Amino acid sequence: MDSGGQDHPIIRLRGIRNAFGAQVIHDKLDLDVRRGEIIALVGGSGTGKSVLLRTIVGLNRPAAGSIEVFGQDIMHLPKVERRLVEQRWGILFQNGALFSSLTVAQNIQVPLKEHLGLKGPMLEEIAALKIALAGLPPEAGAKYPSELSGGMKKRAGLARALALDPEIVFLDEPTAGLDPIGAAAFDQLIADLRDTVGFTVFLVTHDLDTLATVCDRIAVLGEKRVMVVGTMNDMLEQTDPWIVEYFHGPRGRAALDAKARADARRRD
Amino acid sequence: MASPTAAAASGLLRFNEDGGRLRVELLGRWVVANAEVLDRLLGAMPAPDGRELDIDFTAIEAVDTVGAWLVHRTAARWQAAGGQAAIRGASPEYEVLLGQVAKADRPAPPRPKKLGPFAAMLDRLGRRVVYIWDDTLRLVSFLGETVAAMGRLAFVHPGRFRLTSTFAQAQAVGIEAMPIVGLISFLIGVVISYQGVDQLAMFGAQIFVVNLVAISVLRELGILLTAIVIAGRSGSSFTAQIGAMKLNEEVDAMRTLGLDPIEVLVVPRVVALMVMLPCLAVFADFMGLLGGMLMSWVTLGISPDVFMNRLAAAVTWKTYFVGVVKAPFFAVTIAVVGCLEGLRVEGSSESVGRRTTQSVVKGIFLVIVLDAAFSIFFATIGI
Ligand SMILES: Nc1ncnc2c1ncn2[C@@H]1O[C@H](COP(=O)(O)OP(=O)(O)OP(=O)(O)O)[C@@H](O)[C@H]1O
Ligand SMILES: [Mg+2]
Repeated sequence: MDSGGQDHPIIRLRGIRNAFGAQVIHDKLDLDVRRGEIIALVGGSGTGKSVLLRTIVGLNRPAAGSIEVFGQDIMHLPKVERRLVEQRWGILFQNGALFSSLTVAQNIQVPLKEHLGLKGPMLEEIAALKIALAGLPPEAGAKYPSELSGGMKKRAGLARALALDPEIVFLDEPTAGLDPIGAAAFDQLIADLRDTVGFTVFLVTHDLDTLATVCDRIAVLGEKRVMVVGTMNDMLEQTDPWIVEYFHGPRGRAALDAKARADARRRD
Repeated sequence: MASPTAAAASGLLRFNEDGGRLRVELLGRWVVANAEVLDRLLGAMPAPDGRELDIDFTAIEAVDTVGAWLVHRTAARWQAAGGQAAIRGASPEYEVLLGQVAKADRPAPPRPKKLGPFAAMLDRLGRRVVYIWDDTLRLVSFLGETVAAMGRLAFVHPGRFRLTSTFAQAQAVGIEAMPIVGLISFLIGVVISYQGVDQLAMFGAQIFVVNLVAISVLRELGILLTAIVIAGRSGSSFTAQIGAMKLNEEVDAMRTLGLDPIEVLVVPRVVALMVMLPCLAVFADFMGLLGGMLMSWVTLGISPDVFMNRLAAAVTWKTYFVGVVKAPFFAVTIAVVGCLEGLRVEGSSESVGRRTTQSVVKGIFLVIVLDAAFSIFFATIGI
């Protein structure tokens, strides 16, 4: 199934340019994502994180540049092959984007039916499993999205994104709106699934705890491009004022201290 | 029992019977894409009969959550049926995965009970009756609320009346509807005149086509067709606009900011339509007569001069008044139904579609009922 071998990046962006009218969002943006890593995209509000995610999955056509996912040029893929690629990724949109006329369980069944043609009790059982894995109570399956709380919508969106056990999951602010215990469990779930199922995670987040605990690498979006990519430790050594403010600000410090304490506890 | 050959042929698992224990060797890709095959193979496994089950992971190629859950389920069912089950050869990662799905495994929620066909029919009928009754009450009470809000805005807080919004709505429901309303009325005038001439010629009374066109357009068709077009055009757009705001919680936000949705959303629409529908009706009357006049000129050679003379003889101001006076009532009906249906949107985008349909159907229905009531009323008082 692999195209390009182990060290070829699973996502490769080159020279991406996005603009809405006169407003340029990205210009000459490059980014590589490695197979099996958890990479986080950070940046101020409105720097174009969601737009970049939409660009990678082909919902937004860039004005210039090339996008390769699984070694294939996404922008010029014939329909049939595109469908195959779509089975291999799952997306959690920033606001859930659940189908409002379907129940949570039916939402999860959509990709299973559409791509795998599953039928009958198997469908319901898999949906129930995914609902449980995403940390939702069993009753949630029969509810409509409008009957869920904000955090539950996020979880339902995640369950749908993970329905096909994809190779890449794109998550747009997965822990925003979750309680801290739920957010930590969410991070743990992502990390565990990455270790076991072996998928690649591309997430947009403002959650410094997520960055400190589960992300392998962090990409900072600013000045219309990816300014730096590196581990948390690399980030701490940056001199750019925005990055310094981001990671050394009171919240950044608190998250790092919490992680240091947790690591120490685990060592004891 | 599972034919071991079928299992082996699938390349996904292999059975080994060995006295007191059944060894199941997992092969290949245990992933969601193979879920159906795996489920079928596992479903056909032999019964425990007190034997031990060994599930061997050593030769497996890939496992995802669904694959792991199938393994877990098999072991759990085996145990429930009284056998021992053990999982061997799983790497530490797979152990974690099995732990995750074990935590997540729980009975699927029970399906809701189904009624028999007759009971289901009664159930539907009962719901329907309650629904219609409920609908009527709601409409009446909403009409009351709207009138009260209009009274409040007119006499108590005139400053709160949304003038800009009202003008914007008037533009959308009135001015922008003129081409379609005009065209339809013109064509109706043409059709009535053309058909009427045919019939009246049998009595040699062609000239009375003027009376026919004038009375039918002015009294009934001008206003009725306009109201139907507007119910389809503006009633639906009121519902969709307000419904989308409702979904987006904009209406709730308005309430928390101390704004009354009826004052802000409903009154401007009702007032705009009350002003514009009579204007459109006048315009429709004009276009209808114009169509009739041109057609009788073409087919009968009745010149516009003669037509105007006959027209003056055929109708009085009453004929005209009887038509136009209905317009504000139709306007209130259409606007109130459209806004109420919009405010009743709930939950899903599908509900916007359903409510919009309802708004048009109810709007047109009520306009026609109202028109019939007016006819009876005018007949009774002798106009
Ligand atoms: N469809 C669109 N039309 C015009 N401008 C858009 C559109 N979508 C996004 N933008 C603009 O692009 C910029 C980036 O938006 P984006 O949603 O990617 O921000 P973000 O980095 O995800 O922010 P946040 O962290 O708040 O989610 C914003 O300035 C936004 O106004
Ligand atoms: Mg965003």
